[in-house]
Amino acid sequence: MIIGARFSAIKGIKPHEWIIRFVFGGAVCVAAGLIAQHYGPIVGGLFLAFPAIFPAGASLVEAHEKQHKARAGYNGTNRGRTVAAIDAYGAAMGCIALAGFALVFCIWLPRTSPWVVFLLATLAWLTIAVGAWLLWRKLRHRAATHKTDSR
Amino acid sequence: MSAELSESLARFFIGGVIVSFFAVLAEMFRPKSFAGLFGAAPSIALATLGLTIASHGPHYAATEARSMILGSIAFLCYAASTTWLLWRFKPSALTATLSLLPIWFAVSFAFWLAIR
Repeated sequence: MIIGARFSAIKGIKPHEWIIRFVFGGAVCVAAGLIAQHYGPIVGGLFLAFPAIFPAGASLVEAHEKQHKARAGYNGTNRGRTVAAIDAYGAAMGCIALAGFALVFCIWLPRTSPWVVFLLATLAWLTIAVGAWLLWRKLRHRAATHKTDSR
Repeated sequence: MSAELSESLARFFIGGVIVSFFAVLAEMFRPKSFAGLFGAAPSIALATLGLTIASHGPHYAATEARSMILGSIAFLCYAASTTWLLWRFKPSALTATLSLLPIWFAVSFAFWLAIR
């Protein structure tokens, strides 16, 4: 299986982690609205792509991996940071999809119903994100195969 | 309660719920490179653009979305730098992500100077 989902992972999220994400997310949305109100839609729009919970998310990924290794009796500091780097790599690919979301929005919004645009933009984000990830994985696999063959 | 305050409260609540939702997806999915995609999900945009359309109209929201494309490029520069720093020097994730945040501001500011 290439991609898997573990519903049990939700149980592992501690109450304070839920609160951090909720409060950060809410605060950034309020800030984005206030910035747009004071400085106009151009500056406000930039903040729609602000890495709101990325720092909190990456550090939680690191902490979870570290705890996971600690339970097995290892020092997971390095492993935790490597996994956080992989997570950040995924986020970089997600940024391409984020730009795709915004592009669909700015092209279609003035002429189509907002609900349809929300749906189209979200679908575009999902398609580009998954497509970019699958392409990256294929290229990485090809590069690894090529390296093995040339030995 | 003033209209501004109630709009801010709505933004806070909707933003919190959507950001938490994408955080749960990121926690659930494996491998981590795939889960990382949700770190750059359009959570703020989904939470706020609806309210912006309702209060300022579709043209205003479309202008914001155009600017968001540039914000996404700034995010890409920031996420790529974070990957490199974490991979190469292995600082703590919080140190790496917070210390490189000025990259997002610098790239966004450069774009703003270019298009204003």
